[in-house]
Amino acid sequence: MTTPALELRDLQKSFGGVAVTQGVSLTIQPGERRLIIGPNGAGKTTLFNQIAGEIMPDSGTISVFGQDLTHQPVQARAHAGVSRTYQVITLFAKDTLAHNVALAMLGVNRQRFQIFKAFRSDDALYERALQILSSLGLSDKAHLQAGEISYGEQRRVEIAVAMSQSPRLLLLDEPLAGLSQDERAMVRDLIAGLPRETAIVMIEHDMDVALAFAEQITVLHQGRVIVEGDRETVVNHPRTREIYLGT
Amino acid sequence: MKRLPIAALLLLLFSIPLFAGEYFVNLGSQILIAAVFAASLNLLVGYGGLTSLGHATFMGLSAYISAWLAVKMGLGHAATAPAALLLTTLIGVAFGWIALRATGLGFLMLTLALSQIVWGLGYRWVSVTNGDNGLSGLTRPQPFGWSLDVSSHFFWFSLLVSCVCIFLMARFVKSPFGASLRGTKDQARRMAALGFNVHAIRWFSFIVASFFAAVAGLLYVYFHKYIHPSVMSVTVSAEALLCVIAGGAGTIAGPLVGAILVVVLKTYASAYIERWNMMLGLVFLFIVVFMPAGLVPGVAHWTRRLRGDKS
Repeated sequence: MTTPALELRDLQKSFGGVAVTQGVSLTIQPGERRLIIGPNGAGKTTLFNQIAGEIMPDSGTISVFGQDLTHQPVQARAHAGVSRTYQVITLFAKDTLAHNVALAMLGVNRQRFQIFKAFRSDDALYERALQILSSLGLSDKAHLQAGEISYGEQRRVEIAVAMSQSPRLLLLDEPLAGLSQDERAMVRDLIAGLPRETAIVMIEHDMDVALAFAEQITVLHQGRVIVEGDRETVVNHPRTREIYLGT
Repeated sequence: MKRLPIAALLLLLFSIPLFAGEYFVNLGSQILIAAVFAASLNLLVGYGGLTSLGHATFMGLSAYISAWLAVKMGLGHAATAPAALLLTTLIGVAFGWIALRATGLGFLMLTLALSQIVWGLGYRWVSVTNGDNGLSGLTRPQPFGWSLDVSSHFFWFSLLVSCVCIFLMARFVKSPFGASLRGTKDQARRMAALGFNVHAIRWFSFIVASFFAAVAGLLYVYFHKYIHPSVMSVTVSAEALLCVIAGGAGTIAGPLVGAILVVVLKTYASAYIERWNMMLGLVFLFIVVFMPAGLVPGVAHWTRRLRGDKS
């Protein structure tokens, strides 16, 4: 029995009288690709924010590779090997792409406590950042500001920033939101090419891409897990059709 | 390279006492003190996005602690200076912890409230501070028997101290830690998700800023040989904020240029116009309208435009 990459046990969260997460339990194996779908208001993002530590659950536990992170601050997640992307682009708009990626790597590097030596473009972290950007086909834009590049490119940098930390668990919050068809294809290929050993949990609305990506799917509705299983099981499940497809 | 112009500038500054009269040399010393103080505030405002309206507290506390230890305890400069720096920085630890319960407007109000308490103590705790009379009868130190009572000597001393301070602050903001501080200004949420302890980064920067303000406080009390509670007033904090914003927040040169502007205007305008604050207000208005990022980035922007570069 391997230690799961992520284990949620009976997670509960209410905002006032509204129960947004009602007893969600979830187990994700190392290297697994998991899709979480559900209609608007199903509690997907709230669930994500609890895993990421931005919201504390009312009860239940969250553990990552056997380490209980339930009451740990947000930054402890990164050090436990969890990275995330945001639904709304959250880059450092006035800094270069290289700086964005290098700063991300700095977050899990002891060098971040250094207060005297300059953090410059000849730093090893910068060189690594340039490699990562060129592997995404963004090497010619590496010295542009993140605010200057196109939205589709920003989406890719958003993933590059998270992946640069070499996470063991990656949380993707609607990585395709607002993209054109071509851009979707590009981000889809990017996600497909991520290292197999990284477990990925993704929230996505684009069913075509999402279904191609997912091996395991969890359907969330009104804060509960309704259906869970592999692609065929979930897609053909009558409750899925009822809830998600509205038929 | 940038080294050559900086070396030329330093040489020029160094030579000022050789040709300028005493009045200008003293004005120069005051500008240097204001520059260190503004640069320390810039760490918070420009790099951390933390607008403080109580930074004069640290300059004042350091000046008061040094003066009090000298006047009431009879200690020499070798003891008062490190004690003032250490105690002020420790108060910075406590005040930072309190003020950083909040960010944005809440942080500004907390720094204002804390500074008003200290300012009030300066006026009311007469047995320690002499209240409105201030502490007088102070001396300037004599490093290696070199009297700082000569105005040119004091200028060179201030120049040395301010260069060291500004160099250290410049290294600080360019370091990995400085990069993380700028990150917390732009995307605090993401910084936490990337593994940075946002609160600790802000707190440490607050402490560093209070330390350099304490250095400015020592220079201030050495220069004036007198200390009055008004040095801790909100006006002094606001003036430093004006230096930072007018010069260019988040740049190394900005607060230095801002300090020149504010001190010169204050000195000259107040000699000719009674309402010199109005003058300062007009200049500030001009800067905000034409160079919203401040003089240093603003001038760079306009020179690029005049050269026909559109970007």
